Amino acid sequence: MNAPEIYHLVLVACGAIAALCALACTYRVVVGPTVPDRAVALDTISTCVVALVVVHALEADRSFFVLVAVMLAIVGFVTTVVAAKYLTEGAIIE
Amino acid sequence: MTPLLSLGASVAVAAAEGASEAGHAAAGPSTLRLAVVAALVVVGTFFLCVGTIGLLRFPDVYNRMHATSKATTLGAASMFLAGFVRFGPFGAGLTSLVGIVFLFVTAPTGAHLISRAARKLDVELYREEE
Repeated sequence: MNAPEIYHLVLVACGAIAALCALACTYRVVVGPTVPDRAVALDTISTCVVALVVVHALEADRSFFVLVAVMLAIVGFVTTVVAAKYLTEGAIIE
Repeated sequence: MTPLLSLGASVAVAAAEGASEAGHAAAGPSTLRLAVVAALVVVGTFFLCVGTIGLLRFPDVYNRMHATSKATTLGAASMFLAGFVRFGPFGAGLTSLVGIVFLFVTAPTGAHLISRAARKLDVELYREEE
């Protein structure tokens, strides 16, 4: 095997492991005893998906997907803030 | 520690690559650059795994947040750093650096907000039974 093949293999394996991490977090979303547990697990899932998109950008050699990852990070942050605000105050917009 | 150390190495590699690729264009990324990218991605995957194991194993919301908010941020930042090494100091590489800064600003903010919500919902701290 030459260097690009090994590189490709490592990236695909790391992407698969990151996807499995995101999948494992859904256990905490479903089971988690309290509601903040679920919010934390959803935040972790969004971070895992951001990492997964960056790995895809590297593996497919498409730099456009780095921008997609940053946008996903923004959406994940807004989701976390809104969930926390809803848990604290019971309403998002008064 | 490792991502910080590798930041200097990756900047040096990117600068060297930019200088060498100006000479012979469209030769594709060198083996050294691919190796650095692969190593950073492996480090990021390790940190993601650590964060997920902490989320699954710890007994308490606050403990779980302690595990995920730091380890997962480091993992995703390491992936972004790999993107910076791969796509060069301009364009998508610059976007990767913006992504790192964004992650390091927002992840503690989100964790703080959720922990405050948990405190207001009277989630108890975990105590070991004697």
